[in-house]
This record gives sequence, structure tokens and C-alpha cells, in this order.
Amino acid sequence: MPSLGTSFGRGGATTFQQDLQNSDCIVIQGSNMAECHPVGFQWVMEAKARGAKLIHVDPRYTRTSALADIHVPLRAGSDIAFLGGIVNYVLEHDKWFHDYVVNYTNAPAILNEDFQDTEDLDGVFSGLDRDKRSYDVQTWQYAGAEVQAASGQRDQEYDERVEQGHSTKEAGRGSSTGSGGSSIGGEPERDETLQHPRCVFQVLKRHYARYTPEMVEQICGVPQHLFLQVCEELTNNSGRDRTSAFVYAVGWTQHTVGVQYIRTAAILQLLLGNIGRPGGGIMALRGHASIQGSTDIPTLFNILPGYIPMPHAHKDEDLDKFIEAEAPKKGFWADMRAYTVSLLKAYWGAAATAENDFCFDYLPRLTGSHSTYETVLAQLDGTCKGYFLLGENPAVGSANNKMQRLGMANLEWLVVRDFSLIESATWWKDGPEIETGELKTADIATEVFFLPAAAHTEKNGSFTNTQRMLQWHHMAKEPDGDARSELWFMYHLGRIIREKLAASTDEMDRPLLDLTWDYPTEGSIEEPSAEAVLAEINGWDADGQPLASYEQLNEDGSTVCGCWIYCGVYADGVNQASRRKPAKEQDWIANEWGWAWPANRRILYNRASADPDGKPWSERKALVWWDEEKALWTGHDIPDFSASKSPWHRPPSGATAAEALSGIDPFVMQADGKAWLYVPAGLTDGPLPTHYEPQESPFTNPLYGQQRNPVRQVLPPKQHNRYHPSAGAAGSDVYPYVATTYRLTEHHTAGGMSRFVPYLSELQPEMFCEVSPELAAERGLEHGGWATIITARSAIETRVLVTDRMTPLTVQGRTLHQVGLPYHWGTSGYSTGDSANELAHMSLDPNVHIQEVKAMTCDIRPGRRPRGPDLVRLVETYQRRAGITEETGTGV
Amino acid sequence: MSLDLPRAMRKALYDDTDPAAVSGHEDHPPRMGFFTDTSVCIGCKACEVACKEWNHVPEDGLVFTGMSYDNTQGLGADTWRHVAFIEQRKPIARQEPGVQHDVPAGQSSDLRWLMASDVCKHCTHAACLDVCPTGSLFRTEFGTVVVQEDVCNGCGYCIPACPYGVIDQREGDGRAWKCTLCYDRLTVGMEPACAKACPTDSIQFGPLDELRERAGRRVEQLVEAGVTDARLYGHDPDDGVGGDGAFFLLLDEPEVYGLPPDPVVTTRDLPAMWKHVGVAAATLVAGVAAAFVGGGRR
Repeated sequence: MPSLGTSFGRGGATTFQQDLQNSDCIVIQGSNMAECHPVGFQWVMEAKARGAKLIHVDPRYTRTSALADIHVPLRAGSDIAFLGGIVNYVLEHDKWFHDYVVNYTNAPAILNEDFQDTEDLDGVFSGLDRDKRSYDVQTWQYAGAEVQAASGQRDQEYDERVEQGHSTKEAGRGSSTGSGGSSIGGEPERDETLQHPRCVFQVLKRHYARYTPEMVEQICGVPQHLFLQVCEELTNNSGRDRTSAFVYAVGWTQHTVGVQYIRTAAILQLLLGNIGRPGGGIMALRGHASIQGSTDIPTLFNILPGYIPMPHAHKDEDLDKFIEAEAPKKGFWADMRAYTVSLLKAYWGAAATAENDFCFDYLPRLTGSHSTYETVLAQLDGTCKGYFLLGENPAVGSANNKMQRLGMANLEWLVVRDFSLIESATWWKDGPEIETGELKTADIATEVFFLPAAAHTEKNGSFTNTQRMLQWHHMAKEPDGDARSELWFMYHLGRIIREKLAASTDEMDRPLLDLTWDYPTEGSIEEPSAEAVLAEINGWDADGQPLASYEQLNEDGSTVCGCWIYCGVYADGVNQASRRKPAKEQDWIANEWGWAWPANRRILYNRASADPDGKPWSERKALVWWDEEKALWTGHDIPDFSASKSPWHRPPSGATAAEALSGIDPFVMQADGKAWLYVPAGLTDGPLPTHYEPQESPFTNPLYGQQRNPVRQVLPPKQHNRYHPSAGAAGSDVYPYVATTYRLTEHHTAGGMSRFVPYLSELQPEMFCEVSPELAAERGLEHGGWATIITARSAIETRVLVTDRMTPLTVQGRTLHQVGLPYHWGTSGYSTGDSANELAHMSLDPNVHIQEVKAMTCDIRPGRRPRGPDLVRLVETYQRRAGITEETGTGV
Repeated sequence: MSLDLPRAMRKALYDDTDPAAVSGHEDHPPRMGFFTDTSVCIGCKACEVACKEWNHVPEDGLVFTGMSYDNTQGLGADTWRHVAFIEQRKPIARQEPGVQHDVPAGQSSDLRWLMASDVCKHCTHAACLDVCPTGSLFRTEFGTVVVQEDVCNGCGYCIPACPYGVIDQREGDGRAWKCTLCYDRLTVGMEPACAKACPTDSIQFGPLDELRERAGRRVEQLVEAGVTDARLYGHDPDDGVGGDGAFFLLLDEPEVYGLPPDPVVTTRDLPAMWKHVGVAAATLVAGVAAAFVGGGRR
């Protein structure tokens, strides 16, 4: 979530689904909300019943489109052009919210003289190192001040910030940038009139000037009248008295430039003044029950709980240098030391002391990207020898299933914990490579352990849902047989390892042996107490009393807190996440149901719902406001602002952290208190979103000479991870169509929880593709018959659904056909079929290392796919026809 | 759509408004039913799954039909809620569907996707109940029609009797099955499983009188908003089944959804038939008597 994090300060949805009922216009794009979030969709229907306009922008006409006022089909992979077009419309037609933009965003900030935009460099930003395929981001900074990001890549300028030393650097930077201003801690130069040619507002205006309605039509295949209809609805429904919301999901993230899709929406919503206000915001829809929770308390390699960055392997980096390099000087992230020390105390308890840097050295260090896809390469290289899969089915759910399976086939051991025998547990005996003869069971040395998992009704714990809300669930019964919870597995695994190492004197084992690992257990299966874990996540003070707020955390080791943003979830020793006061007994915000981070605030940055003087922008859209008499912020939601900080407060010079925030700085996590239209730090692929073509595209980029995201992460084109030629290159016509993957209501992700269930399987019993009648005619596909879909990675077969809901588009004067592919199926279960992810490649977004499965090229032909070795030969024949080598598609 | 029978006779045979009372339930709760507003259905099929889960209705086969997203096909012994998916080249009010198809001249490139959850209608005049020889089918105190699996003998009379083709015999079991409107849940004050699971309130459960009022307002609202196709189906106590306990708001003709346009209770003509039988019998008796009388004279 670095897109939302760098734009606003926190990597989570800015609003909650119930608030959608207050919207005057809802744009759902990159999401099929009615199908994938049907329960939350009731609030969209509620808004519609109150008169809101509903717009669905999606390559396919789906169950969401069926209920929308406007459906805009667009070419998969072209959303930045579409949204950038709206940004241009808003600026050109003067539809932006002046007072909001000037006061609450970084529009007035003046940029470094050395910054060069894509306008200047034909599609790339200043600082691009083509050999290293990365940006030096120094020129992206403000003039007069360097700011640190609240999210994303915060280690970018480690050397500048730490090793040259603070004072050296201030001088050095000042002269090197020619700005003559101070560096860290300084105030950025600003032009409140927004006229300075280097102010963010003017740069933005120039950047998007070429995103005209004509250009949108050329890139997206969206007729101008339809595009302008969206512009008008959105702008007519934004302003003092009206608000519009954006809703997105993985239709935006799963691209080689996915983070920037969301950034474009952030820019648009800021220009329209729609953030922090009822009925506004950007609703990030997460695809699983606790995916927000698994970034808050991460299963990711590059962050620690509460979005504290994972330290990199710098020489002699200690806690001081870590904080120096990664924390800003202003806003609540300036207290990162208190959050980090409290976390280290939660990990290592009494062993963590001021003298030993609170065991900072015990933390692992990053040596590069260690995402799930690099892990697969490491498996193939033989450096990764063991693999735990907990609730994950990469043999179906991850891009390029063959690479996933071949990686697993090269492991020493594999542990799969799931409800059923998913494909990732059985590929060694019935996977596609066994059928083709590429793998032989007898030759596979991987030792596979399958451990049955407990269901949510068989364990205590919390889910953090899509709107940052924790809801507790209770064990209804102990799990049957050998099934156990993840908590049980992790706790007892740790316990046993620690017992085995107890006598060790090896220093390497200290981090394990010094861990606090003393959770009480309950019941016949010795289930660890989930509530004890929650209490530790919440944290306690020196007297062992539960903390109520992260503002109580200290740097001196006197407080313990496992995740600072969750501090307060166990306030007063009460499990706040298990609160269940019915909606009818409270107002629409319902803040006594569960508990949301931070501090149970439901709409983030809600200070921005009031004008600079603290009055609501309009009565209709009042949320929080300054109460003159009480000298306090008050309102419907809990203010996301220091409660007693008056709107007219201006910090004294030299103030730091939260003290440095003024009364008109609603984005309290940001290093300058403002929302970022332009991101001077924290993203690896540009301070402003720019349309690039996907890794594989039948079209050239009409905006610039730069075809693709120059710093997209292209994993080595191993034998089974070949890329297609794109438009302009020979052989691109071998894969002339665009394929996009998605989910259906009837199934869940990689199918482990649905394809094994008869009641769900019968509703969508077979893998199918969706094609337009025109494509069916062009390729001789028969409705209800079979089709084979081919890429350079593999070929799969599907049943054919010919439907008017798939429409041809006219892009750059040519007809484009798109193929829809649900990705739920695999070889195991009650309902089986080929997996769409067999077709996908491993070119990734450089910020979050996510696969590009929402837009890739393919061919489609009638009939079933060949069986056995003939399947491999078909894929190779296509590769040869397209002239594919290991170089294809890997250029910058 | 009025019946051929004189109203007075119809009244005597069936009570139009209070089927529970006619069935002998004194002091019964108000008649309960479903209003399924298909204009807000999102086709999630949660109703189908919730129904099967709650009522232990068996899974009945993996069949890829190619009928849009409808792989269920219709109501039957093993499907008590069925969501129909209908793709049409027609507009809905002012919706902009965005699609651009090569259509023959004169045809529209419009598109709409109708979804509708069908269910047993719980008729005011329920023929299935009329013909059931065992008393397995009965009228509950809520005015709903329920089949009792422990009484049903599998004779199958009810199946051709249903004007909607709802009730059905289960393969390998032989007994008749259909929606009970979750009679077990109703008796403990809970709403039926399908209505509970419906995320958009497309399926609304409540006292039938209230539902009919609400449905009337909803149609007006939609028509005002330009959805001139909106109409109610099964709400009219004067229709051929005396009105349905489960009625619908549709956006097209009933046939489009696989519903009969003019359902008539199949036992409608029974009284008339009995009358004719009576007349015939009387004539016969009179004839025989006359013969005897005549004979006596001899």
C-alpha cells in the first residue's frame, strides 16, 4: 500500500464501506465489487437508492456493471491514461477545489531545480540509471527541504542521510541542488498562489496536459463522449457540498505499474477535495478476510509491524542510524524510535536494553528484494531449501504456476497447512508436469508435509478487514483430529525449536532464545491464548498496565508494544475488537462495533472535512469540526488530529514530530503534514503517475518513446518464464489478444476454500473463458465448446462463454479483443480445471513486487489443448513463431 | 384474470386474504412472505447456498450450462432458490452499458443483465396442497405451504398440480420437496435463510401486507426514475392463484424469467367439475329412480 501511504500517510483505505452510502458518486475501477465484495456492495446500493451515480470502469461488463449507471469498458492496462485524462479535465476546466488543494496538499511546494519530468525526458524522470534499471531519487525532492516518506521505500537515501553525517549533508545538498535552503527539518519553499513554474501544481498541470480526451480514446479505447460523461459526473458531484468516492481492488494493483494506478486516483481525489470527508475517499478493497491485517502485522519481507521498515544490510547500522535514515522530522512518524523500541521490547523483553540497542542487531537485514517471486528463483537456484505454505496455493494462485511447482520440486522440504489437499500439496503426484513428463514423481526429492488447518470457527483471533477494522472471532469448538490453528502451529514450532536450542552457546541462536515466548495455553490441545497475543500487540507501560494510545509510547524502553498502530485495541484491559453493539443502537459510524486502527478512527485525515478555520465545508458534509467553546475538535467520527490543536495553531520554528504540525496539517503522518499530489520520496518508479504499456501489449505507447515502466521488475527470463514481443516488435501478432484474470462470486481465490465445497462448485462447475461474439467469430469459437489459450509460458483449455458482456474496443484505429479468465481452478478438488495463472509471466511492479496478471497478451483457438508432451511442443511452436528468445521483452 | 367461478363461491371455497384461517389456524400470526426485488439483485447466489446449507438440500450435479452465469437451471427437488441470469440487447432506463458490438442494422447494441432469485410462490390457492392425499402438504399458521418429508408417500400428484413447476420429486428418494419458507426458522422468530443471506435486500421477508405496500412504492419509484419496465408479479390477490405469498418485482415479461405469464390454480375447476359430477349423478339417480318408478307402474 505504498501508493496510499506516500500520498496520505497511511497504507490503508481512507474510509470504510458503510460511508459509501454518503457518496454522491461512486467510481468503481479495478474492482468488481458486487462479485468480490457482495456484502459491502450493499452500501453502494444504499447510495444508489439515495440518488448517487454509480460508475463502473472495467474491461468486462460484470455483475457490478449490471447495477451501475455507467459502464465504461476500457483496455486492460490503460487505467493511468484514463484517470490522467480526468486529472487533465479537472485542471483544464478549473474544477479543482481551490481552498482544499492550497491548504491541505503539497500543490504549493516548489521542486528542486534539477527535477526533470517525463515531459522533458520522453517518458522517464530524472535520475534514471538504465543499467541498474533504477532511479536515483534525489532530484525528486522539494527545493529547500528534504522529506522522508511515510510509507514505501524509505531507505532510498540512506547514504546521504547517515554516512555523510547530518551537517555535512545539509551543506552538501544545499549547494548541490542550488536551492540554497536548509535540508532536513527545513520547511519546503512554497508558493500559495500556485504560479511558480516549479511548484507541484504547475508541474502536475504540464505533466497531464497531453492526457486529452483524444489521447484517452487512443490509449484506452474509450469513446470521448463516454469519457466526458464520467468527467462530468465526477466533477459535478465533488466540492463543498458533494463528495465522490473511488473503490479499487487488485484490478489496479496487479500491473507492472500498479502502485501508480492508485496514485493517480489519489491525485484526482485530492484535487477534487474528496479525502477525509464523508462519502469521499479511496476504498481499497482487500481480497481475503485479513489481508489488511497481514500488511499491518506483515507477512511481507520488507516491513515490520505497523509499517516500520525492515532494516537493510548497511555496514554498522545501529538503531540511531536506522532512525536517522528512515524517520522524518515532522508528523507522527517522527516518533518512529518510540514505536521501534517498543516493538523490540515486545520481541525480546528483558533482554532488550538501552545498552544493547534494544537488540536492534537481532533483526534480520535485507540484501535486496525477497518477495515470493525471488523466493521461487532461489528455490530453483537451490539456495532456498525449505518452504512453509500457510493458507497459500501458489501452484494455482501465483503467476506462472509451472515456475512455482518447479521451484517446489527443488526443495528439501515443504510444509503445507490447509483445509484440503490443494494443488500445492499434491503437484508431485498429479501436477501438470507429471502429465507432460517434465517431472517424474520418483525423481522428486522434496519431502512434503501436509498439516490440516483449523477453520476460523475453531480458533480465537481477529480479522482486520478491508477498512482497517479488527473484529474478534471466538472458538465455537476445538478443531477435529490433527487440525490446528496457525497460532498453535507457530507457537509450538517456536517452543520446540527453542527447547532444542536451549543448550546452544552459538551467538546466532540468541535472537531465538531471547524471544519472549511465554503465551499461556488453553484447553486439551494447548491452544495459545490469542487474547494474550492481542494484549502484547496493544502493549503495556512500565507498570504492566495496558496502553490506550500510541502517543504513550516511549523511546527509553519503558513501554512494550507489538504493533504501534494497533495500540488501543486492548485499552483498559478490554478486548475492543470483540465489541458488538448493534448498528441500530448507534449512529452510522458505529464506532462501538469492533475497533479500527488508528485509535478507532473510521475516516482517516478527517480534519480535512473542515475548512482551514475548522468549520465543516458544508452542513451536508460535516464530519468533525473545531468547537470554539470547548477548544476541542469534535464531531461524528473520532478526530484524526490532536484534539486540542486549534485550527490557527502555527508551530514555533524548530519544533519536531507532532509538535511541528500546524492547525491546517490534516495529514498527520506526513513529513510536511500535507497530502502529496507529487511524491518526492518513497516510490521507486516516479513522483507522478505516467501511463506505460504493460509488459506485454499489442500497442505502442502514444504518449512517449518510453514503452514500458523502465524500472519494472523483470525477473530473469528462465526457460519457463519467457516474455512476449510487444507492439512494434516482430512476432507480437502471434499473441494478438489481451487476457485479464479475475474472480467470480462463487469461488474464492485459488479455490482451496471453494472448489472442494459441493455447494459452491455446482454454481460454477468448470473453468471457462469469456469472449465477445466478434472474437468467437474471428477465431471460430463455439459457445459452450472448448478453447485453448496460449502464451509463451503454457497453454490451458477452458469452456467458452460467448457473451455480449465482452466488447471489442477500438484502440489506435484497430479492433482489440480481450479474453476474460477466472483464475480459481486447478487439478484437485470437486470441481477441477486448468489454472489461468499457468499463462502468466513474472514481470512485477517495482514497489510491491506484484505480478501483472491483469493485462497480458495471448492467443486463443478452438478445441481442447494437447495432452502430455504435445502440450510442451505447442507452447514451443508458438515461441518459435514469435521469435522469442531470453532477451525478448526484457529491455528497459 | 378473474376466475370463472362466481366470487361468492370462490370465497366459500378459499379465503382470499387469510389462507391460514381457512386451514383452521385460529389466532395465527400475520401471513408472511417474500418480496423479491430483482432490480437490486447482484446475482451472488448467496440465497441458493444459504438455502441448501440450512435445509440440507443436496448438491445436484456439476453442469456447465452456458446459460450466462446460471448453472442451476431451475427450481426442483434439490434447488429451492434459483437465480436466473438473462443477458439482453435492451437498455435499462438511462443506463449506459458502454459496449460496442457489430450488430445488424436496426438492432440495438444495448445490453442489460437481469438477475432474479426465484422460489416457491406459496400460493393463496395452492393446488399442490389441494391434491395431496396424505396431508403431507399443509398450510402453516404463517399462511405458507410446507411439505412434510416424514408424511410424503411420493405419490407425485402435487407435481403436475403446481402451475409454476416448483415442487419436484427427488431422484432416488421419490418424495416431493420444495421451499418451506424456512418454517423451522419462522417458528422461532428468525427470517428465512435466503433473506438473511441476501446482501442487497433483494429478498425481503415480512408480513405480506407490508411487503405489498413496499413493493408498490418501489415500482412507482423505479418508473419515476425511468425504469418503465418495472412491474410486480404475483402480488395481485385477484390473479389465478389468489396472489402469491412470494411475489416479485420484474424488469421484463415473466416469460423472460421462466415464469408463467398467467398462472392459474390447477384445481380451479374442481368445484365446477364436482358440480357437473353432482348434476350428472343427480340425473343418473333421477333416471334410475324414474326407471324404478316406471317399473313399479308396470
